[in-house]
Amino acid sequence: MSTETAKPPLSAKKPPAKRRPAKVESSWSIMDRIGLGLAWAAGISLCVVAGLIVVYMAYKGIQYVSWDMITSAPEASLDQSATGGFLDPILGTLLLTTIGIVIAIPIGVAVAVWLTEYGRPSGLARAVESGVEIVAGTPSIVLAIFGLLIFQQTFMGLFSFTAEGGAVFGRSFIAAGAMMSIVALPMIIGSTREALMSIPRHVREASYALGKDKATTIRRVLLPSARSGIATGATLGMGRIAGDTAIVVILLGASMTISPEGSGPFGLLKGTGSTLTSYVYNNSPAGEGNAPEKAYAAAFVLLLIVIVLNALVGLIGRRNKPQWN
Amino acid sequence: MIRDRTDRRVELLLGALASTILLLIAGMVIFVFLKGLPSFTHNGLAWFGGGGNVDEQLMNIFNSPANPDDYVYELRAWPLLYATALITFSAVVISTIFAVLSAIFIVEFAPLSIRRILEPVVRLLAAVPSVIYGLIGILVVVPWVHEHLISEERKESVAYVIQLDGTSILVGILILTIMICPIMIAIIVDALRSVPANWTQGAAALGVNRWRAMWTVSVRAARPAIVAAAVLASARALGEAIMLSMVAGSVGFAPNPLDGLTFFLEPARPLASTIVDNAEGLSVVPFGQTMYAFASILLVSSAFLSFGGWAARRSLSKYTLGAR
Repeated sequence: MSTETAKPPLSAKKPPAKRRPAKVESSWSIMDRIGLGLAWAAGISLCVVAGLIVVYMAYKGIQYVSWDMITSAPEASLDQSATGGFLDPILGTLLLTTIGIVIAIPIGVAVAVWLTEYGRPSGLARAVESGVEIVAGTPSIVLAIFGLLIFQQTFMGLFSFTAEGGAVFGRSFIAAGAMMSIVALPMIIGSTREALMSIPRHVREASYALGKDKATTIRRVLLPSARSGIATGATLGMGRIAGDTAIVVILLGASMTISPEGSGPFGLLKGTGSTLTSYVYNNSPAGEGNAPEKAYAAAFVLLLIVIVLNALVGLIGRRNKPQWN
Repeated sequence: MIRDRTDRRVELLLGALASTILLLIAGMVIFVFLKGLPSFTHNGLAWFGGGGNVDEQLMNIFNSPANPDDYVYELRAWPLLYATALITFSAVVISTIFAVLSAIFIVEFAPLSIRRILEPVVRLLAAVPSVIYGLIGILVVVPWVHEHLISEERKESVAYVIQLDGTSILVGILILTIMICPIMIAIIVDALRSVPANWTQGAAALGVNRWRAMWTVSVRAARPAIVAAAVLASARALGEAIMLSMVAGSVGFAPNPLDGLTFFLEPARPLASTIVDNAEGLSVVPFGQTMYAFASILLVSSAFLSFGGWAARRSLSKYTLGAR
């Protein structure tokens, strides 16, 4: 195991290259000056927009969020002060993200390994590649109703609630989680492939020279080295899952609280629920609840989760980058 | 020998898994299309045309009798198609300009301190869930537009066809632009960074200033990446459902460019939002089939866009920036 080599020596960090400041000289034509000005304006306005969003959400969120809200379950009531908090949506988000990513990581890593290390016959590999490309571009709303189509089949009745007449409801944590894993798949495949491709040939050859076969090399050498790439992809995927609304609205059922279908952990997975995204959507003026304060509070919690995941991606990217010299 | 066999088995296993994914994707395209087929066959090419009120037609489909022979399919989907194309196209055009400028700024002109802020900012903007954009849109931007941009006269001028309440394609396009811009910036920044330094240095040696070198050499070399970014961003914009259903008005109305500036303040509803808004009706057979017809349109166009983006990026690595 090469965990030691996975950490770069401190001296390997290159100091950022110094740049010539972009000085506008008298020789610049008016068009160049306008162009430069526009570029500055674009860059600054990006910062301003992001700042406004974060500050506004934080201001509204801190104003409305309370410990009560995070720790109590939603309740149906006409009185806004009695509709409870959003404990269940938070748990729903965590549960759904976990299901999605647990399904997506093994499949994603396996497909990435096959594409980079084997990839034969090449026609099939190219087809898989373009298939992944198609999935990456598929709107999640389409995935959602495709999921409904699959999970409403009678033989899928195991995975969700079945009504008296034999009609399968098709909406459950499993159904939503399975479709969510498809959302996360392209990211995991992409970043795992990138990590695998950045491992130079001689590392593989060194392993073969020690008498290891390809499967062992992949398992003991390549995958450990690609760990940070896999983690980056998984974290990005988790961000996408936590932020997706369309699949939740269509495939998780419309119950506000987590309602297990039967007992035990499998009953929970078969049951319906909500997540922060669907909670925000339902409590916005566009949904049925119309309680902006609750929507703001839940959106703030959601934004925090996304920011933390985002920061993790940066951290993983900076640390644990193997150096091959 | 045993070793070879396990190796072969691993290869077969992984290959089988990859093929399963491929089958699943093919199955998705086929099933969604087949499920939506009745809606197309009953309407023929008129499906894509205009005529009548889409929302009324959808309502009739939803209320069609339970007897399969009496199912209503009559639909003229033009306002929805038009809204999808209009919103996607405008947002992509605006954000292409914006993204190219920002990418130039990030790569070449931003002082180190600003660049350090900008990179996480771009990543953050790309990661904010669409429902949060939608929430800000519906609670902040829409009321503002309603109060400041829509006068009483303007409301009256179109009152006989549509109500103006702030939810509009203007707000939809604006927020969609903010949502897809970061994706484009990330791709364009990568491409600009991979332009060989000697190319711009060569330009500088010929006495060209830095803006010119950037604009005439780097941006030109990165053109395929800009195309790829625009195409991928349109795939994303096409599928945006939640945010647009919140801020763009959710009315099956085709904004009329002849209304002048009021045009931008008129509501609309793209295909993806139509599906989300009508999620409850999916179990009504003909209505569900109509929704799957919408989904197959989205699926086909986003697949084409993905291929386009992929092809553009391939040409990038093949011809201009061979280093990749």
